[in-house]
Amino acid sequence: MSTIKQLHINGEKRTVAADSERSLLHVLREDLGMTGSKYGCGEGQCGACTVLINGQQTRSCITAVGDVAGKQITTIEGLEHNGHLHPLQEAFLETGAMQCGYCTAGMIMSGVALLNKNNNPTQQDIVTSMQGNVCRCGTYTRIMAAVQQAGKQMQKGVK
Amino acid sequence: MSKLQPSITASQRPPIEPERYELYAPPTYQFTLVRRDFFKVLGGGLVVLCLLPDTLTQGAEAQESGGGRRRGGGNAAPQDIGAWLHIGEDGQVTVYTGKVEVGQNIRTSLTQVVAEELHAPVSLITMVMADTDVTPYDMGTFGSRTTPTMSPQLRKAAAAAREALLDLAAQQWQVERSLLVVSNGKVTHSGTQQTANFGQLTKGQQLVKTIEAADLTPADHWKVAGQSVPKVDGRSIVTGKHQFAADVQRPGMLYGKVLRPAAFNATLSSLDTKQADTMAGVKVVRDGDFVGVTAPNSDVAENAIDALKADWKTTSQPSSAELFDYLKKTAKDAGNPAAPSPIADAFSGAEKKLEATYTVAYIAHAPLEPRAAVAEWSDGKLTVWTGTQRPFGVRGELANAFGIPESQVRVIVPDTGSGYGGKHTGEAAVEAARLAKAVGKPVKLVWTREEEFTWAYFRPAGVIDVTSGVSHDGTLTAWEFHNYNSGGSGIETPYEVPHKKIEFHQTQAPLRQGSYRGLAATANHFARESHMDELAHTLNLDPLEFRLKNLKDARLRAVLEAAASRFGWGKTKPAANHGFGIAGGNEKGGYVATCAEVAIDRPSGRVKVVRAVTTFECGAVINPDHLKNQVEGATMMGIGGALTEAIEFADGKITNPHFARYRVPRFADAPTIEVVLLDRKDLPPAGAGETPIVAIAPAIGNAIFDAVGVRLRSLPMAPKGVKLT
Ligand code: FES
Ligand code: FES
Repeated sequence: MSTIKQLHINGEKRTVAADSERSLLHVLREDLGMTGSKYGCGEGQCGACTVLINGQQTRSCITAVGDVAGKQITTIEGLEHNGHLHPLQEAFLETGAMQCGYCTAGMIMSGVALLNKNNNPTQQDIVTSMQGNVCRCGTYTRIMAAVQQAGKQMQKGVK
Repeated sequence: MSKLQPSITASQRPPIEPERYELYAPPTYQFTLVRRDFFKVLGGGLVVLCLLPDTLTQGAEAQESGGGRRRGGGNAAPQDIGAWLHIGEDGQVTVYTGKVEVGQNIRTSLTQVVAEELHAPVSLITMVMADTDVTPYDMGTFGSRTTPTMSPQLRKAAAAAREALLDLAAQQWQVERSLLVVSNGKVTHSGTQQTANFGQLTKGQQLVKTIEAADLTPADHWKVAGQSVPKVDGRSIVTGKHQFAADVQRPGMLYGKVLRPAAFNATLSSLDTKQADTMAGVKVVRDGDFVGVTAPNSDVAENAIDALKADWKTTSQPSSAELFDYLKKTAKDAGNPAAPSPIADAFSGAEKKLEATYTVAYIAHAPLEPRAAVAEWSDGKLTVWTGTQRPFGVRGELANAFGIPESQVRVIVPDTGSGYGGKHTGEAAVEAARLAKAVGKPVKLVWTREEEFTWAYFRPAGVIDVTSGVSHDGTLTAWEFHNYNSGGSGIETPYEVPHKKIEFHQTQAPLRQGSYRGLAATANHFARESHMDELAHTLNLDPLEFRLKNLKDARLRAVLEAAASRFGWGKTKPAANHGFGIAGGNEKGGYVATCAEVAIDRPSGRVKVVRAVTTFECGAVINPDHLKNQVEGATMMGIGGALTEAIEFADGKITNPHFARYRVPRFADAPTIEVVLLDRKDLPPAGAGETPIVAIAPAIGNAIFDAVGVRLRSLPMAPKGVKLT
């Protein structure tokens, strides 16, 4: 078992000492104190733990930390810059696309991954791309509205 | 270990839902202690204590699992404080309540009502919720009670605070009180325009005001309440900064995990810990049948659990395949159907008679945040951060489990990743505390999804037998309704029937069961509203018309009519294999009606809910957007129970404890949801987290019948699609 010593997270190099087989989610949450990514199932079935790996939405709970060493990891903590929220974070607030908020980080990360590829997604695009994300509170229609609204902002060049 | 056992409470007559658990001792609140310590803890200023009216210490809460009366002894009433409010010397308003935020957005709605009565901006107000050391005792957050009970208390406290601020200003400025006005967080003299903010007025004060009653602003004069104020802590959610219980970190904290028995009711016959004992940083803790480990991180903890070799003695237990027979067979008070009764006469005289049986499966709450706790012992005092709907109840569970007084236990509930009635208990809290005690360090324990699906409790399954009599013109003449096991909530029919017999029967429940959003109202509405639809079709009457013909309740009529009109009830269906269904009902002071449109795919039989229109009326609306959000969420969640969700079990094991095998609603299942709110400013607000869930399942079932002529009487109705003949 090898040890991972460094990760690239949210544009920074972070020092860790983690067995390569451990889950990225646990390393983020337990070793680095980055608790924004959530545990919902640990089986790749709910999306609460979603992060971006080189821009792709990835379930960090079933990703071995050894597989992402050297890759760019983006978490929910990395979306806000100097108090400036990502358009999708803004859109979640404006549309009230949450209740308990436990799914929110994963939803936003999945939504950002989609919007980065397609800033004008149809409802069907959103369903296809985000079917793996569960919101048990049932705010799906609002989340779809938020993703489309953020897309409109991004089309106008808002970052 | 403290292990919750279902208690057996025979209660034949609804509407009281029997308590499903042994209760743990609720504490008595010590008023005198508070008074003495208040300013030490909070600093100077103004404190308003809101006394609970007697009626609030009993009643509806007793229906919930883990609910029940507060044990107050003879001196309970005057010591019962529902909430308190503090205005500090810095002008900050802090409100203390034992209620819990689980996504129903009461942190926001309670802030709004305080802002309303205090005439202060929302931003000036902070809610401190659900911390047993600093908030007043509260039975728990369930039963849609926050809005009808906590909200008026906070309004009263805020109104009294506003009046006290006016008194202070009048005294300090030596002016006529009637010339002073409070607005936007300031007191102003209407003549001199002299002005002071709340902090300036409370500076140097140590004032305690105890109130029972106060004049409240009527809903039609509301300025802040009644508005769609955004979620007050929304920003901390979208940035990932909000700390749920599982996000709490403590210095030196370890990660815990529990070895689960091979089946329910299994006992440990042997345990070999050799391999786990050699793992670096791992400690195995055993206390009777309780076995757990602590480790430096969760991955190691998992490996350590896997390395334990345990033998369990198991017993044979009923399975989901025989569930409904089992429930009927074990009913404790099934009565004697052959005995002559007035209802039997009514049926023999009926022009048409219809009998049908409906069933509901066990389902899981599956809150996205599974049970989690961080426990820390320090000098014999235990502090636990956990997500629960009953912080004070969990404090009692902990005190019980460790044989310490409740004063030595502090439970802090961070805003929680939802509950839906599924987090009334403190299993993870007790387990984390047991491990923390053994290792002398703080321990975090987060249940896996599989544990949450297996070791939490379930919404009771049930069998409902309905027999009805009706005359040819569509007048209901007789109604007999027997609910086995699922519960008594919402069991009474709102329709006018001269002869009725309605009973709830306890059974021997094969699984641990408890509260769930809406309690049994969902099952009872499914049976009743499906049956009403069947009757309408038998009589060749329009289902809406048939309902209205037998309904006097004006509020229920209003929601049915409003939903039908928004939906376009009676219009032609857009395509073949589409169907329309309607259902309605009332519960916990809320009135709901849902119209659903479904589309059935041929030949797969897959059901898609295309559109759902729900009308909801719960008195005066405090926050329209959040109320809509609740109704939308209830609709989505209800679609799961209606179509796909069912817990499967055999021999004491849950056989589908994963999201991959327990199908909760996902994006593709979302219909177009339209919510129509009827805002009754003339009526006191009722809660809204639960009742909007009750009409969607029968509306969908009725729509499926309308689409393809297949009547589905079991929830979930179409886990594998509708079987088309
Ligand atoms: S926690 Fe990773 S997908 Fe559920
Ligand atoms: S907001 Fe609660 S799970 Fe999505």
